[in-house]
Amino acid sequence: MSGLPVTAIATPRRGAAGRTGLWRVERPVIDHSRCIKCLLCWLYCPEGAVVRHEDNSVEIDYDYCKGCGICANECPVRAITVVAERE
Amino acid sequence: MVTIKELTREEYWLPGNSSCPGCPAALGLRMLGKALEGKFVLVVPASCTTVIQGIYPATPSRVPLLNIAFAASASAASGLRAALRIRGLKVPVVVWAGDGGTADIGLQALSGAAERNEDILYICYDNEAYQNTGIQRSGATPYGAWTTTTPLGKREHKKDVPMIVAAHGVPYVATASIAYPLDFVEKVRKAASKSGFRYIHLHAPCPVGWRFPPSKTVEVGRLAVETGMWILYEIEDGVLRLTGRSRVLLDPSKRKPIEEYLRAQGRFSHLDERDVEELKRYVEARWRELKKLLEERGGCLR
Ligand SMILES: Cc1ncc(C[n+]2csc(CCOP(=O)(O)OP(=O)(O)O)c2C)c(N)n1
Ligand code: SF4
Ligand code: SF4
Ligand code: SF4
Ligand SMILES: [Mg+2]
Repeated sequence: MSGLPVTAIATPRRGAAGRTGLWRVERPVIDHSRCIKCLLCWLYCPEGAVVRHEDNSVEIDYDYCKGCGICANECPVRAITVVAERE
Repeated sequence: MVTIKELTREEYWLPGNSSCPGCPAALGLRMLGKALEGKFVLVVPASCTTVIQGIYPATPSRVPLLNIAFAASASAASGLRAALRIRGLKVPVVVWAGDGGTADIGLQALSGAAERNEDILYICYDNEAYQNTGIQRSGATPYGAWTTTTPLGKREHKKDVPMIVAAHGVPYVATASIAYPLDFVEKVRKAASKSGFRYIHLHAPCPVGWRFPPSKTVEVGRLAVETGMWILYEIEDGVLRLTGRSRVLLDPSKRKPIEEYLRAQGRFSHLDERDVEELKRYVEARWRELKKLLEERGGCLR
């Protein structure tokens, strides 16, 4: 019996549910000229789809962003706008 | 005080999972992972979080996670903790359960573990209904709220689980909200630094079940606190103190009208004036009780 798993053990993976960016009907877009690097969008994104760089600038990972719009709603300087996804 | 910048960039609940857009449970799990920097074990009963994990062989969880039967989380966690202790491992065991799994179905195991002062941290993420199976009422659903099993609005008030747990005389009980992640992180860290039974009740507005747009999850959570509908506090060794935003809200004039919270959600759209008055009466009574406790007994529950 040695070596046989006693139960199903899953392994951690980004995109366990696939490219969830495909679910998106609206796309958040950051205007970097207005961003004050407060990191609130990074903090509040339920998906962890806001990437926080070394210098605390932020970027959206569109592979996984589901387009909920929380980042845009919480940005204190309205640097994030939500636009319709095309196609 | 924890600040945003000091939180780790590491993610322990990975993107691309099966949570709905704007999911409060996913946000809470992200914050939990950051609070403990991935050094813990999770125990999860049947709930949205079971589904959010997706399908074998992949999972978004970078921490070991035990899925367990609905009623059994606190017992399973107690056993897991004992096994880890025998192996000489200090790693915290954290239950992550919904309100149905806490206020109703898991209450017996929860009470047993609390009474035995098991060395576990139990977190209830409270989206105020059985959301995973299609929005059925739970003991934690508030008065007046529409669910699929209360089509005309629930007639009973929300069960006060954190106070029920506090009545067991455990070392740490706290309430938190996904709208105040840093307050939550601080409470998780404080809880993790203690031993014995610790409990955190995390208010978690669900866009699907509460009928609001997914962009408003955090805003609705904030309104719950600012209107006094949800109160942030912690109870350390039997002494209660208000925390965060709630500290300044003992004065009723500082609280926003509860209508602002109710109007933001479709589940309250059918309420008539009498229902709103009943909710107001309930909220005011809770605050009066807390004010009395704080002013006359310095927050001492026992
Ligand atoms: C014993 C048992 N009864 C019923 C179910 C079906 N079930 C799975 S999840 C769920 C709802 C859980 O509600 P809650 O604990 O509030 O978590 P949420 O889904 O809201 O996150 C139910 C009823 C089950 N899995 N096991
Ligand atoms: S829209 Fe939602 S999922 Fe996408 S980055 Fe903003 S908060 Fe994250
Ligand atoms: S919330 Fe707005 S200002 Fe803050 S980091 Fe994000 S985009 Fe920049
Ligand atoms: S129903 Fe609510 S709590 Fe459940 S996964 Fe969807 S958003 Fe999250
Ligand atoms: Mg629930």
